[in-house]
Amino acid sequence: MNKTHEAMWKELDLDLGAHEALLTVLGRFYNDIYLSQSGRLQGMEYLDFVMGEVHGLRIREIQEARSAGRKVMGLFCVFVPEELILALDGICVGLCAGAEAGFDAAERHLPRNTCPLIKSFFGFRLARLCPYTSSCDLVIGETTCDGKKKAYELFGDFQPTYVMEVPQSKSAAARVLFRTEMDRLRETLERLTGRILEPQRLRDAIRLVNRRRSALNRLAALRAAEPAPISGRDALLINQVAFYDDPVRFTETVERLCAELEERVQKGEGVAPPRTKRILVSGCPMAVPNWKLPYVIEGSGAVIVGEESCVGARHTRDLVSEQAETVDGMLDALCDRYLRIDCATFTPNPERLDNIVRMARELHADGVIHYALEFCQPYAIESKKVENRLAAEGIPFLRVETGYSLEDIEPLRTRVEAFLETI
Amino acid sequence: MITAGLDIGSCTIELVVLDEDRPIFTRRSETSFDYPEQVRALLSETEYDRILVTGYGRHLVAREFGMGHVTEIKAHAAGVHHLVPEARTILDIGGQDTKVISLDKQGKVTAFEMNDRCSAGTGRFFEVMAQALACRIGELGDLALSGADRLRISSMCTVFAETEVVALRARGEAPEDVAHAVVVSVVYRVSSMIRRVGLREKAVFCGGVARNKAVVQILAQELGCGLFVPEAPDFTGAMGAAILARGS
Ligand code: SF4
Ligand code: SF4
Repeated sequence: MNKTHEAMWKELDLDLGAHEALLTVLGRFYNDIYLSQSGRLQGMEYLDFVMGEVHGLRIREIQEARSAGRKVMGLFCVFVPEELILALDGICVGLCAGAEAGFDAAERHLPRNTCPLIKSFFGFRLARLCPYTSSCDLVIGETTCDGKKKAYELFGDFQPTYVMEVPQSKSAAARVLFRTEMDRLRETLERLTGRILEPQRLRDAIRLVNRRRSALNRLAALRAAEPAPISGRDALLINQVAFYDDPVRFTETVERLCAELEERVQKGEGVAPPRTKRILVSGCPMAVPNWKLPYVIEGSGAVIVGEESCVGARHTRDLVSEQAETVDGMLDALCDRYLRIDCATFTPNPERLDNIVRMARELHADGVIHYALEFCQPYAIESKKVENRLAAEGIPFLRVETGYSLEDIEPLRTRVEAFLETI
Repeated sequence: MITAGLDIGSCTIELVVLDEDRPIFTRRSETSFDYPEQVRALLSETEYDRILVTGYGRHLVAREFGMGHVTEIKAHAAGVHHLVPEARTILDIGGQDTKVISLDKQGKVTAFEMNDRCSAGTGRFFEVMAQALACRIGELGDLALSGADRLRISSMCTVFAETEVVALRARGEAPEDVAHAVVVSVVYRVSSMIRRVGLREKAVFCGGVARNKAVVQILAQELGCGLFVPEAPDFTGAMGAAILARGS
């Protein structure tokens, strides 16, 4: 990262000293965890570049778009329909954060035992570390878990925040509610952008996001090959960048990566020797730069073949039907698609169990590691259901609960290694 | 073949050398800050054909000396299976962590749980409590067994539990009753961990805390089954590593 962006960061009111420190840590992490890998795909160069410029060129692009009158929306959850934003010429950025920087500031407002994902986005805002947050015209939250729900109330004091009501079940009444919420979000976005939602533009947005999902799904499916053609770390990074990058450019990159992967698979090449143990990771989202568990798992000699997570399959699996002609029809289709998301904040949530089993089988996983962020009740509690179901299916299972701190990395390694020894 | 197993724990280091199944050399010492140096000294006292290292310091030692390594889980399973082939559940309470391991007939690990986040209920916890009760760690068990079951300690956190112990003493409660309460609090926590993994007999209790008679007796009552304690409960990890070294 260079000085050329400093003026821009200053304008975005970042704390330059603290921000510099964050970038240094990020760079070191990236070096240790990513650039040290061997046999990476050529296409990953683009992702290395994107990560190198994650607070630089991408932010510049966003600033330029803003001066041209486009609006930027910050999101935290895959329940907020991106299609509406894109159709109104808005830009979406994921604000979930995966670093401890800013926890001190966050803990002045939030209890210590708050999930790190929440503490991190709060801390990034308060400690003035995140140029994405600073670039947002509107932050769009949602009523998923209690932690986020209540944190948005406080977050609203610092930045314009809109909260979409996401139901907790998938009943008919819940669908009606969610459909009304689509309309309310549409009105809000129309007012903010000064545009009207047009059917043609909404259809294009639906197609664009579908195309990005399909590209990521194609990549996910290629990981079923033995030996695994791409490391779990790289695949996670691709899924993380999906939340920041320009969707058209990103999709094209992933499509190119898939072509390269297909060649590899055809030649029987991979990133790990044949018969390396294959792991499916399931649970909470991993936001940049939270690469801790993948680093431990792959550092212990296994390879990750899938992420049953919002930074992974939960984000991409289902597509929106492209049949509808009218705006209302398309909003219905969006509603149907979004309500298929199998997040642990829903009750009951049996689809998730089926999806985990299906993924484990399709990707030829030797075991599942369930990942809950510390203090995340929905996933920690649901892990028992996952455990029971996987036991019934005869799939080895390990439960891990951890935060962002690197302090517990040795005990974590012991758990993971012991699990690998048993399968 | 002569094989050696080294267990680098957070509090102690154990070394076992086996001539086939017969232990020919065992050593135990407190883990020092510079434990690779300590390992060098320990190893210079003996000879072996193959060696494996286990325990929380295994990575560092394996790297330093070019040895193979296994986790404590696998090592304990191998060690206990060798000593007690009928064992199906292992409880290991060491200096700073607690593990429950489930194994099958062949001694293969089928499930495990670890508490590795804090010192609650571990050897370290008992040391702090013994200090608060002004007794020696080796005497805490006898003291607890002579006490009545009438007090409760509610915190599992070592720091808070110590505060509770001090408060109970200040209130004039008898030290033996307080000691009993300390043991009971650990027993509750450990037994729920065992039940989560699933209790199957025969159950074997190892690690330094297995020397505490009160924990063994009260836990056995709580679980409603016998608990077998090996003669040298702190050596099962090193022993297992020595056994596994044969096939390494
Ligand atoms: S885990 Fe649930 S609440 Fe979190 S981003 Fe995913 S869908 Fe949203
Ligand atoms: S990880 Fe869990 S607690 Fe944290 S924001 Fe997501 S659902 Fe909420």
